[in-house]
Amino acid sequence: MFGYYLDLALRSLKRNKALTALMVLTIALGIGTSMTTLTVMHVLSGDPIPGKSAQLFRVRMAVFPDAHYQAGDKAPDNLSRRDAEALLRDARGDRQAAMSGGSMVVVPTQGDPLNVEARYTGADFFPMFDVPLRYGHAWSRSDDAERAHVAVISGELNKQLFGGKDSVGRTLQVGKQSLRIVGVLGDWDMNPRFYDLSNGQFGDSEDVFVPLSTAVDMKLSTSGSMWCWGNASDPLAADAPCIWLQYWVELGTPAKAAYRQYLGNYIALQQQAGRFTHPGQVELQDVMQWLDFKGVVPSDVRLQMWLALGFLGICLLNTVGLLLAKFLRRSSELGVRRALGASRRAIFLQCLVEAGVVGLAGGVLGLALAGLGLLLVRHQPTDYAAFIHMDLRMLLATFALALASSLLAGLLPAWRAMNVAPAAAIKSN
Amino acid sequence: MHFRHILSALARHRMAVCLLVLEIAFSCAVICNALFLISARLERMRRPTGVDEAHLVQVRVRSIAPGSAGSIMAQTHTDLAALRAVPDVTHVSIVNQTLFGHSFSASGVSLSDAPKAPSITVTQYYGNAQLPGTLGLKLVDGRWFKPDEFVSDEQMEGAGGTVPVIITRALARHFFPSQQAVGKVIYAFGTNRIVGVVDRLVQPRDSGSAEAYEYAMLFPVNLSYAQGTYLLRVRDASQRAAVIHAALHALKTDGPLRLVSPKDATTLEAARAKYYRNDRAMAWLLVGVCVSLLAVTAVGIVGLTSFWVAQRRRQIGIRRAIGATRGDILRYFQVENFLIATFGIALGMVLAYGINLLLMRHYELGRLPGYYLPIGALALWLLGQLAVLGPALRAAAVPPVVATRSV
Repeated sequence: MFGYYLDLALRSLKRNKALTALMVLTIALGIGTSMTTLTVMHVLSGDPIPGKSAQLFRVRMAVFPDAHYQAGDKAPDNLSRRDAEALLRDARGDRQAAMSGGSMVVVPTQGDPLNVEARYTGADFFPMFDVPLRYGHAWSRSDDAERAHVAVISGELNKQLFGGKDSVGRTLQVGKQSLRIVGVLGDWDMNPRFYDLSNGQFGDSEDVFVPLSTAVDMKLSTSGSMWCWGNASDPLAADAPCIWLQYWVELGTPAKAAYRQYLGNYIALQQQAGRFTHPGQVELQDVMQWLDFKGVVPSDVRLQMWLALGFLGICLLNTVGLLLAKFLRRSSELGVRRALGASRRAIFLQCLVEAGVVGLAGGVLGLALAGLGLLLVRHQPTDYAAFIHMDLRMLLATFALALASSLLAGLLPAWRAMNVAPAAAIKSN
Repeated sequence: MHFRHILSALARHRMAVCLLVLEIAFSCAVICNALFLISARLERMRRPTGVDEAHLVQVRVRSIAPGSAGSIMAQTHTDLAALRAVPDVTHVSIVNQTLFGHSFSASGVSLSDAPKAPSITVTQYYGNAQLPGTLGLKLVDGRWFKPDEFVSDEQMEGAGGTVPVIITRALARHFFPSQQAVGKVIYAFGTNRIVGVVDRLVQPRDSGSAEAYEYAMLFPVNLSYAQGTYLLRVRDASQRAAVIHAALHALKTDGPLRLVSPKDATTLEAARAKYYRNDRAMAWLLVGVCVSLLAVTAVGIVGLTSFWVAQRRRQIGIRRAIGATRGDILRYFQVENFLIATFGIALGMVLAYGINLLLMRHYELGRLPGYYLPIGALALWLLGQLAVLGPALRAAAVPPVVATRSV
């Protein structure tokens, strides 16, 4: 029966090519724009580290003097060096790392010096965030303690400086100081760069990784948010009243409550030590909570998605109107079919099949338009442009959306068509 | 023309009419809001900075092996002299943060030194005596800094300073709504007396509330090249590229090993265009949405009206046979479309207002000004009339003889 309906649908669509083309085009436009924006949303709101995002927690605390504390304020994103080092010493998580962004000028043996983005962090950073290494290994915790002049560099920088060969043991010249390369990263990009969103939320990973203690020792320049109260002639000093370090901890599922308890105790201890009298505040957020809290999906992207969905709605209204016109124009034909014994159900299904065919055609064209739309998005000057792509799930979703919306659009016209009174319809012509 | 006849004819196609009315209503609502969003973006992009944007270029030098503070400062003076010697350069200065740049330096500022005094965050520009002239700032009250008031960065950040400050008119109004600001004291870095007020200077990037964009402070600080960016004011805007080229060359040939790269040099206009590129892209996207919406709505109107014309061929023939002119038939469909569009627009106004309320709740957007509604209405009336013209002309061309034919 389905084959027969399909045949009828194709014949009917062929009869009025202009109207069919308009319907397909309208659905395609709606589907194309919706899928473009939904794909951007899907990519941007995705889990950057699936499988581990529930075990990694960002630690935030309000432990500054009373003068800067306001009840109701959110705890700041970063920690001071004093607090970060205290938490690192206690090491209550499975793994933990304090970190900061930075930049340095690297002087190659030949060629012009180049400015590279850096991250100053601890040995745990690499296993914590599943960072793959192509050559060598990450530095050890003892390197952290000894402020060893070691570095891990990105594959990209390795290609630039050493032609992509194994550069472990080679030297990275930073001004008059030097760092020994101990590892080279494999392909690694975190998008969004959730561990530190303050230096651009999307983009390539940093090019040089150096122990935090070493970076402070070498007076390398930091980048990102630096918030100081009181006098801070050297904001990087161990006891400077400045918050600038991101702190991440890895915890097994049952350990979360215990860790929160530990942080509560830490705050209480600081209170007793006389650092402040306000109640303090502790926040422990896993990766997805953290991304949500920071509103990583740009509000423009959200707005674009709603616009596109609204547009799809209007396109569907349009399709409903056109299908209605199409079906009712064939009243006499449908009347003949009814008179010859077709049930209402059969007419209804026949009309829906026709709507579905239009929807699928619209889906195919819509997919092409979405491809075009994504190409446009990739050429936009946004920092997330480069890695927007359509995956299999969104591809299937395109057809599901096209079919579902065309069937939805077909329901009302099909119902009207099925209720055509056969006698009147035949007589009227 | 009898509206009543048209209305009763429409009542026979209730469902199709409702669909058309809904489509026009949604289009009208979305277009009103999209136009409002576009104008909000354009307004944002047009905000002046208060500096002479057309004639400014900037070059940043990154130090590689910073020597002693004294040697860096000596090199900075050499650089400043070399840059001043570049043809077509009228002013050279060094500033801690550039407009539309990535770095943003700010402090809490209050009107009292009590520990819990309410404070607001205000951005601060550090620069030498040439900075106001380089930026082209306009003094509206008080004076510029005196030569003996300039300090080093270390002295500035040190405790309990009494460095004077120049603030923007917007900040002066915020702190001293009805009084003269010059002579008053604010507390940012120790105790800072206001010696001058400039007409306008804005934050490097948007931060905080919309009003805060125009809050800025200027401090008399002599920076070294390691702490800031060179700013050059060019006499002739067409010479900016040449000046950048000459400045890079001058900085490269002189001084210790450091990173002087074209990547770190730009005109202020280019920096502005880069800063607002997302807004520009969004505005174009909204324009695209409006055009597509109008196109889709037009398709809907053409489709349904064509259907009605085909359906009523016989009736049209009869009307023509009993004396209606072609003009009468044409006008019938035009008035019919006008009525449908009017219903759609009326509903669309309500929807536009509703969408605006939603936008206001979730985005930083004001109330939709009333004049967008007539603009949207006019657009859809015009669109309706244009879309209906084709089918209506076809209807008018139906010959009266159709009335006498059967099937």
